[in-house]
Amino acid sequence: MKIDNQTIDRIAHLARLEVSDADKPALLKDMNNILSFMEKLNELDTTGVEPLIYLTDEINVYREDAVKQEITVPEALSNAPEQDGKYFRVAKVIEKS
Amino acid sequence: MKISDRATDKYELVVGLEVHAQLATNSKIFSSDSASFGAGPNQNTSPVSLGLPGSLPKINRKVVEYAVKLGLATNCRINLENRFDRKNYFYADLPKGYQITQDQLPICKDGHITIRTKSGERTVRLNRIHMEEDAGKSMHDKHNSSSLIDLNRAGVPLVEIVSEPDLRSAEEAAAYLTEIRKIVRYLGICDGNMEEGSLRCDANISVRLKGAESFGNRCEVKNLNSIRNLQRAISYEYERQVKLIEAGETISQNTLNFDAASGVTSVLRSKEMAYDYRYFPEPDLQPLHLSKEWVEELLKSLPELPEQRANRYVTNYALSAYDAGLLTSEKAIADFFEKVIQHTSNFKAAANWVVGPIQSYLNEQGSDISALQVSAQSVARIISLIDEGKINFSAASQQLFPALVQNPERDITDLIAEMNLSIDTNSDELVKFIDEAISQYPDKVAEFNKGKKGVLGLFMGEVMRLSKGKIDPKTANKLVVEKLESLK
Repeated sequence: MKIDNQTIDRIAHLARLEVSDADKPALLKDMNNILSFMEKLNELDTTGVEPLIYLTDEINVYREDAVKQEITVPEALSNAPEQDGKYFRVAKVIEKS
Repeated sequence: MKISDRATDKYELVVGLEVHAQLATNSKIFSSDSASFGAGPNQNTSPVSLGLPGSLPKINRKVVEYAVKLGLATNCRINLENRFDRKNYFYADLPKGYQITQDQLPICKDGHITIRTKSGERTVRLNRIHMEEDAGKSMHDKHNSSSLIDLNRAGVPLVEIVSEPDLRSAEEAAAYLTEIRKIVRYLGICDGNMEEGSLRCDANISVRLKGAESFGNRCEVKNLNSIRNLQRAISYEYERQVKLIEAGETISQNTLNFDAASGVTSVLRSKEMAYDYRYFPEPDLQPLHLSKEWVEELLKSLPELPEQRANRYVTNYALSAYDAGLLTSEKAIADFFEKVIQHTSNFKAAANWVVGPIQSYLNEQGSDISALQVSAQSVARIISLIDEGKINFSAASQQLFPALVQNPERDITDLIAEMNLSIDTNSDELVKFIDEAISQYPDKVAEFNKGKKGVLGLFMGEVMRLSKGKIDPKTANKLVVEKLESLK
C-alpha cells in the first residue's frame, strides 16, 4: 500500500486534524516509511496464528450491578475547557445536512 | 403528495427496524455510576463515563443476563463466545471518541418473533441483538453560542435489536415494535417508555417492484420516538420513493431525519458523508465465555411471555384472539384478569370487564391498573350478580363500578340497594314500561309483525330507558316479543 495526498486528507479528516499543504510532503515520507517497515512483517507466515487481542488470558471479569457514585459534579466538570457549573460547553455541533 | 393507485400497486415496501432498548439496571454498563433517568445534569458520571484517560471499563453482569433473556425470549441462538468492539466517531457527547459495542460477535443471533395484524399472523426474523453503551445528551437550543453536554446517559446499557428486512407495511412495523415493547416489559428488562427514550427506533426503508428478488436502495430514518411517528415516516418514505422511481430517478442511500411536526423526512447524511467507523476489538474488556448451564438457568427463569399467555387464554378460557391480545398488551392487565378469574368461571365476562369498563375508566382517568382500588374479587362479584339476573350490565358498568371506585371499601350489595340498581322483579312494573314503549310506536309494531325484526332494538332501548336500566334484559326481551306478537 502506498500513501498519497488523498489518504493523508482522509486520515486527517477522520482524526479531525487540519494538515497544511506545506506539512504534507514530510507526512507522506514518514507514513510511507512506517508502512514499509510494517510490510517487513508480511514476510512471516502467520497461517493458523490467531490475532492477539488481549494481553492476559483472563475471561469473564464481571462487576455486580450496584451503584457507587465516586465523583461529584464539580469534579466531573473540572477538566473541561468550558463549563457552567452544570453542563460541559462545546462549540455548537448541529449536524449539517 | 398523492401517487396513483396504479403506481402503489406495482411496488412493495421493504422495512427493517433497529430498536434500541435501555436496560433497566441500577448502574451503567461499564461503570458503577447510576443509570437512572432524571438526575440533575452530570450528576451520574464516573471517570469511565467521562472517558478520562487511564480509566478502565468493567462489564455489569446484569446487562449480559438481560441480553441473554431477551435473546431467549425472541428465539435467538445465544453466542457463548462474546467480545466487545470499538466503533470510532467524533461527537461531543461521546467523550472517548468511540462507542463500545459488539460488532463481530453479537450476543444473540438469528431469532424470530410473531406479529399479528389485520392481514393475519407473520413471523419476523431477527438478525441479531447486541450489547452497547449509550452516548450522552447534547442540547443545542439552550444557549446561543454553545451546545450543552450532559453525560448522565453516557454508558447507560443498551441492547440493539436488529430485524431482517421482513416488514411489508407501516402496520406490520408498528405491530413489530409493539411486540418488542411488550416482550421487554414482560421480561422486566426495559420500561419501554418511548417518550423518555428508553425505547428508540430507526427504520431502514426501501421499495421494489412486486416480485423482484433484489432490494432497492434503502434510506435509514433516525430517531423515531413513537409508534405513530414510525408509521408516519414509513408511509411518507414509501410515497416519496415510489414517486422518484416512477419519475425515472434513483434513490440515494441517505440517512434521514423525520420531522414529527411537518411529517416530512430530510437528509441528515448522504452516502458520501457516511461515517467510517473503523471497528476493532476492544482490548480493555476481557472476553466473555458464557456457560451453557447459565443460559439454561436463565431460560428456566423466563416469565410467561405475551404470546404464550395470549395463546393460553384462547385455549384454556375460549377467549377470542382479539380479546386475548388486548388482555396481554400489558402484563399488569393480564395479571388482574387472572385474579378476577380466580373468583369466577365466567371467563368471557371477566375479559369483557377488564378490557371494557375497567380499561375505559382507567383511560379516562389517565391512570393504570396498578392504581385501581377495586379488587379483582369485587369485579368477580359484580359478574356473578349480573349472571344471577340481580343487576344488568349497563347499570353495573355505568353506575355501580364508578361508585365502587370512589368507595372501594363499601359492600357491593349495600351500594346496589342504596343506588336502587337492582333489577325489578316486579313484573307489573315491567309490563307497564313495555306497554308504554309499544304504544309510542304503533307503525313500528306493524313493521315488526310484517317481519322486520330489527325494530325490536328500538322497543328494547325504550324499555331500558324508561326503567333506568333496572330490568333484566333477557326477561324484558322475551316479554316485548310476546307482547308484539300478541298484537298481530
